[in-house]
Amino acid sequence: MRGGPVPILRLGDTLVTGLLNELDDSSALALAEELTDRIVSDRARGVLIDISRVEIIDSFVARALMELSTMAQLLGARVVVAGMRPAVAITLVELGIELKGVETALNAEQGMSALGWRHSSSGLQEPPT
Amino acid sequence: MSVTESALRERLCEVLVRRGDEIADRWVRQQVERVSLSEGLAQEDLHEEADALVAALRRGMASELPTDRVVASHQELREAVVDMSMRRARAGSSPTATSLSVLALKDVLLEAAQQESLAADDMLAAALLLNRLLDAAGALCFETYVEGREEIIRRQSRQLLEVSTPVVRLWRHVLAVPLVGTLDTARSQVVMETLLEAIQQHEATVAIIDITGVPTVDTSVAQHLMQTVQAVRMMGADCVISGIRPAIAQTIVQLGIDLSDILTRANLADALATAVRLTGEDGTGTVSGPLAAPGAPEVRAAP
Repeated sequence: MRGGPVPILRLGDTLVTGLLNELDDSSALALAEELTDRIVSDRARGVLIDISRVEIIDSFVARALMELSTMAQLLGARVVVAGMRPAVAITLVELGIELKGVETALNAEQGMSALGWRHSSSGLQEPPT
Repeated sequence: MSVTESALRERLCEVLVRRGDEIADRWVRQQVERVSLSEGLAQEDLHEEADALVAALRRGMASELPTDRVVASHQELREAVVDMSMRRARAGSSPTATSLSVLALKDVLLEAAQQESLAADDMLAAALLLNRLLDAAGALCFETYVEGREEIIRRQSRQLLEVSTPVVRLWRHVLAVPLVGTLDTARSQVVMETLLEAIQQHEATVAIIDITGVPTVDTSVAQHLMQTVQAVRMMGADCVISGIRPAIAQTIVQLGIDLSDILTRANLADALATAVRLTGEDGTGTVSGPLAAPGAPEVRAAP
């Protein structure tokens, strides 16, 4: 048996997962391992990591995110980190931490659409011509 | 305190009781004659102020406090001086005028002491005592004045901060922050916070920072701008900086500031056009970063 406390869901060829408030060494490793395995086994082309629950991101978590996205890219999948809180963004900038190479999106919905998904309820959208 | 000093203080107290009104009157006259007071001060106010201060001085002298600390430690006297100074500060008098006003009381008191026909030794001691007392009052007055002005400045800069950082919605998913005035650390903090909150609230994908109203861009301003852009990107939105004037473009290059990571436009109209394009033809928004929309994989329909 494997895995951290966070489930990894598959939607088409996109994997969806999230981070909880605390991320320690072992769970970061577990997440990286499970995620890379799943990318290969599910032949995923995209990964969405929702971090809207995360209230504090320190250099450790930032590095974990960067590593995850590099690993995924090596396996041919794009990673989008979605839903960062304003306070978290400010802290990161003040600490001088750049999430280099990590794609970001405002929320899960926009992250999914960035990964090539289009939501079916197009009430707000212009219909494609 | 020495016997002579306490006796002297009692004596002066007695003078203040007996001739308090007269002293206050003379003091007001002295102030009007010698000190260029601001027009905001009415004669009656001066009288009221003088009466209060002379009375407080009398009670301060009657207290057991050592002479050097009467002004600082006697609450009523201290309040009277602070009160007077604050009122002058608000009325717009100069600090010199305010201090001179207090020091004018010295002359009046000395005159009054002289008329008491004290012995020469006692007169000298009385003069020294009054000097110490009123110099302390003058100093306190000055200090309060400066504090009062500083309080006004603090309040104004706070207000300036509040009014000067609006976030406006220009288009669907497009926000703009027109910056006016210099961008310092505190300011950029506020801008960043309000902008990020607004991005989350409106689900904006592009934020335009318009610096038309920023007089100069130096390294620190550029630093703040870049930090803001980074924070916006981490939120998953894109950032366009507009309103870069020719002179500012020249300065930026001459200072060797690298803004090449940041999308810049000359004016707000161009920035808006860019922003609308960035929000995407499909209207669903884009992702910032190296692999952004143009190279995105083919669009699939959700199952």
